[in-house]
Amino acid sequence: MKGIIVKSLITRRALATIAAVGLFATALAGCNRDGGASGSDSTADSKATGAKVVLAVSTMNNPFFVTLRDGAVAEAEAKGISLDVSDAQNDASTQSNQLANAQAIGAKAVIVNPVDSDAVVPAVQRLVSASIPIIAVDRGVTGVEVASFISSDNVAGGRQAAEALAKAMGEKGKVLILQGVPGTSASRERGQGFAEGIKAFSDIQVVGQQTANFDRTQGLNVTSNLMQAHPDVTGIFAENDEMALGAIQALGAKAGKDVMVFGFDGTPDAMEAIQDGRMVGSIAQEPAELGKLAVDQAVNAINGDPVDETVPVPVTTVTKDNVAEFLQ
Amino acid sequence: MSSTTASTTGTTSTWDKVKHFLASNGALVGLVGLCILLFIATPVFLTGPNLLNVGIQAATVAIMAFGMTFVIVAAGIDLSVGSMAALAGMVSAYTFATSGWPGPIALIAGLLAGGLIGAVNGFANAYFRLPSFIATLAMLSIARGLTLVISQGLPLSTPESVNFLGSSLGPVPMPIVVMILAGAAAAFILRYTAIGRSMYAIGGNMEAARLAGIPVKKIQVTVFALSGLFSALAGMVLAGRLNTASPQAATGYELDAIAAVVIGGASLAGGVGKITGTVVGALLLAVIRNGLNILNVSSFWQQVVIGVVIAVAVGMDVMRRNEASH
Repeated sequence: MKGIIVKSLITRRALATIAAVGLFATALAGCNRDGGASGSDSTADSKATGAKVVLAVSTMNNPFFVTLRDGAVAEAEAKGISLDVSDAQNDASTQSNQLANAQAIGAKAVIVNPVDSDAVVPAVQRLVSASIPIIAVDRGVTGVEVASFISSDNVAGGRQAAEALAKAMGEKGKVLILQGVPGTSASRERGQGFAEGIKAFSDIQVVGQQTANFDRTQGLNVTSNLMQAHPDVTGIFAENDEMALGAIQALGAKAGKDVMVFGFDGTPDAMEAIQDGRMVGSIAQEPAELGKLAVDQAVNAINGDPVDETVPVPVTTVTKDNVAEFLQ
Repeated sequence: MSSTTASTTGTTSTWDKVKHFLASNGALVGLVGLCILLFIATPVFLTGPNLLNVGIQAATVAIMAFGMTFVIVAAGIDLSVGSMAALAGMVSAYTFATSGWPGPIALIAGLLAGGLIGAVNGFANAYFRLPSFIATLAMLSIARGLTLVISQGLPLSTPESVNFLGSSLGPVPMPIVVMILAGAAAAFILRYTAIGRSMYAIGGNMEAARLAGIPVKKIQVTVFALSGLFSALAGMVLAGRLNTASPQAATGYELDAIAAVVIGGASLAGGVGKITGTVVGALLLAVIRNGLNILNVSSFWQQVVIGVVIAVAVGMDVMRRNEASH
């Protein structure tokens, strides 16, 4: 509407420019349909109402972060703030640009889910020095004091996984570990937790650990390969559900009968596999909860309310006994 | 192409023949040597089930690399094969699950989507003069993005007709069957059809090919369309093995496909390459990964080993050619 009034006042050349910019903006708005939630004046008592918050997600190429975004978008709508979501497609430099853009568009707070905890530091520091509160979610920002850090407890999750898998294996036998992307904190922490937890069971032996890069196809291939070398394995711990789902595909009818597969993340596909017995369990993170709590902390920061420095989101061991609660 | 230097003298001894065979089949020699080494390291390697396993794991990259062989022979490059594979699988899953198309139709829709996207690459390359590196680099991003748009970032279940391509027919794994059929078709196209011979002509010298009356632009479009079609087929096998079309499927496979073609003896300068070489290249990559897994080599070292093997395989080939040209 505004565009029509403006148009009548200006020259043709400027008009063309404006039209182009307008088109671009429309296109952006069209792409960014997750942005939703523009402010309404009904909750005018909060400073945060209608305020723009940017959520910089590492990748939408993974159902986990899609669910995290959904949780954040729902909470933003409930709180009446305007949430812009950007997807870095797992590229640290893209994310750095997106964080710079966040400042340019006047974000009052920025929620960042770093592609890389180290590479994101310079971009975050610029925002911090511009007094924009930063909320890190799922992965931290190395050496920078962010307003709040919301994450699942991966080490505890690894320990819980070890206990539950050991129980399913009758506390004896040989185990394989499918590792995540080498060098990532999630892989490190989950692996560390699992190693700590499995030590308590002296009759369980880890006979192989190989990376499948958090990827389902690679989980399938690597499990097929490892089962050739270790056909007597009775348990597999995968550092995420995608790899676990690849592993059960490799095992075929053996999955859940001869070989117990345990995952991590609690994705919908994994829950189904647990329900029908192909997978023994998973560690459910609550990505929607991570997204929701991040928005809550952002709102607190904008309103000047107290912000929690760290918000550990507990993880839950999911097995056939309680999987119904997670299937909706 | 390999037989051009064979039997130039009528009196070649058996030893010369052996030497010639070894020199012109470096990748095959490497593959056999590696298999022997792995067998010595762990007898598990040369068991029937494990070899089938290697075949299945090589299939996806091999099928993709067949299409890539056309492109590289015609002096181009196709960086979008992984994205096209993912898109094709997703189109099938989406049209089946969401639009309710019958499975076989959804499968064909996916394959056509791959061929169409490939043709767009070819069009941009031939008629808009975009270098194939740039055109397909753009398509790598576009096709992956479209896959995400269609899937909303979530994995979708694939129809039975797609799953069949990833399953086993009795003891025979379908991925290997598809690989053999696709390889035979690709070899036939390259060796016996006018289109295939034109690819060598264009890759060898585009201007000469044009002057000889070869419809260069049409052939280029066909080459990239075929690459899209083979990538789509690879995407179907990949999705079929998991019963799922995943938005991040086949990420980075373009590098494996290019490596397979080059290890197989093709020249990135165009005009040289054959399907049997590409099969050997794909098998070599699969054997390395399989062997490293079985030997439980640290994941940090695996990437180093794979890089070194590619460098050695290609390096040997370059050395051989330099010698031949002296």
